[in-house]
Amino acid sequence: MTALTTAIKVVKFELSDLARSRWLLAYVLSVALVTDALLRFNGADQRAVLGLVNVVLLIVPLVAVTFGTMHLYARRDFIELLLAQPLRRPHIFLGLYLGLTIPVSLGMIVGVAVPAAWHGAWTASLTGALGTLLAVALALTAVFVALAFCIAVRCEDKVRGLAIAMAVWMAFAVLYDGAVLLLVSIFADAPLERPILAAMLANPVDLARVLLLLQLDISALMGYTGAVLKNAFGSVQGLILATAALSLWVAVPLWLGGRSFVRKDF
Amino acid sequence: MIAIRDLGKRFGRSEVLRSIDLGIRRGRVTAIVGPNAAGKTTLLKMILGLTRPDRGELLFDGVRVNGDPAYRSRIGYMPQSPRFPDHLTGNELIALMTDLRAPTTSTLDRELIDQFGLARELDKPLRTLSGGTRQKVNAVLAFLFDPELLILDEPTAGLDPVASGVLKSKIARSRAAGKTFILTSHIMSELEELADDVAFLLEGRVQFVGALHDLKLHTREFTLERAVASIMTSMEAA
Repeated sequence: MTALTTAIKVVKFELSDLARSRWLLAYVLSVALVTDALLRFNGADQRAVLGLVNVVLLIVPLVAVTFGTMHLYARRDFIELLLAQPLRRPHIFLGLYLGLTIPVSLGMIVGVAVPAAWHGAWTASLTGALGTLLAVALALTAVFVALAFCIAVRCEDKVRGLAIAMAVWMAFAVLYDGAVLLLVSIFADAPLERPILAAMLANPVDLARVLLLLQLDISALMGYTGAVLKNAFGSVQGLILATAALSLWVAVPLWLGGRSFVRKDF
Repeated sequence: MIAIRDLGKRFGRSEVLRSIDLGIRRGRVTAIVGPNAAGKTTLLKMILGLTRPDRGELLFDGVRVNGDPAYRSRIGYMPQSPRFPDHLTGNELIALMTDLRAPTTSTLDRELIDQFGLARELDKPLRTLSGGTRQKVNAVLAFLFDPELLILDEPTAGLDPVASGVLKSKIARSRAAGKTFILTSHIMSELEELADDVAFLLEGRVQFVGALHDLKLHTREFTLERAVASIMTSMEAA
């Protein structure tokens, strides 16, 4: 049996189970509601997309990291049952990861795309922006589900695991920018472009923000790190660098989590 | 069928298994008994490769268990009261397991489904089933692929007397057909009914292993329960 067949079977099962999850349904409906409200009050233009950017940058990581952690804890007994079958652990892990990442990111995409179609927002001028938004939402989901799995595999205690997940979200989505700004104001006279760039690469939420805002081309709302990136690289190089860094942000936690999963005593 | 030599495992500060030496013979029912936290479940999980030993070795048919999952296609496992995925129905779970194990023979052993009267329950989401009914599904899954070795952790826990009787006679019939069993239970009368061999675990060691009647001779006690109690008392005195 090849690696992919086991993983695909686990993914198929997860899809059919999660399709009936009220939790996921609530997520899709909330995203749809917010999208609908933004498009209704702003009209189908860039301002509505900007509103969605904030939703994506805050809510997607939160949902992915908490849902991911809880999900793996809830699957604990089932994972034991899977491990008692003649299957390889890395294949099971990959199946579980894709089996959650696919429906959660699909949930976000449906939640945005359907109301956007309803309001006729898929116009020539907005399609690029909305498409980038959804691609970034997918990337953030992939990153934060990977982080969640890394936490849940390594931390035996459910409450502690969830607390760590929340702390990770707080750190990346909320506190990080504040800390960067603080540093900038403290070292206002020093040349800060390179440290700021490094700081940006070290935070997937920042990376996602830069990717989005480079694409939307709204420099006023780019924040300090985005401005630095744009000056340093220009759009295309910045895009490539940010995409590469985001891929690393998926690969590294996934690899660490997978390694712990393979070595773990269940 | 299984040879275990000097197996040791610690979790943090607690040494769950100190040094286990044990042989599981083919075609027999071996009961692992012992007080709570004696390491019974840990030992079962090690045989399945769910938990790795720190020390010692574990041979399955003479081959060391070391991460290659193929040998598990010969094992059916019934974990201790597991929580199955919420939204799945019993039939979907059976279909998934069949899909994952891809058994070489197309005939599945669905006998227990009829005997438990489970057919209608298997269409309902597992989350809505009672604990006892879920335990029946658990038993069905363990026997489904007609494995050579069945590892049953507290198999009758949560079952009513009728269902428990069904499961016990299934175990007896499978044993007569040449299957090997490793099981744990706290119900001594049940072990007495089913077990050929007994391994008594205490403080991470096998304190006694042998045929059930040898244990009774050894301790000069008539029932297994009293025999076990007598070993535990003599351990405390020592």
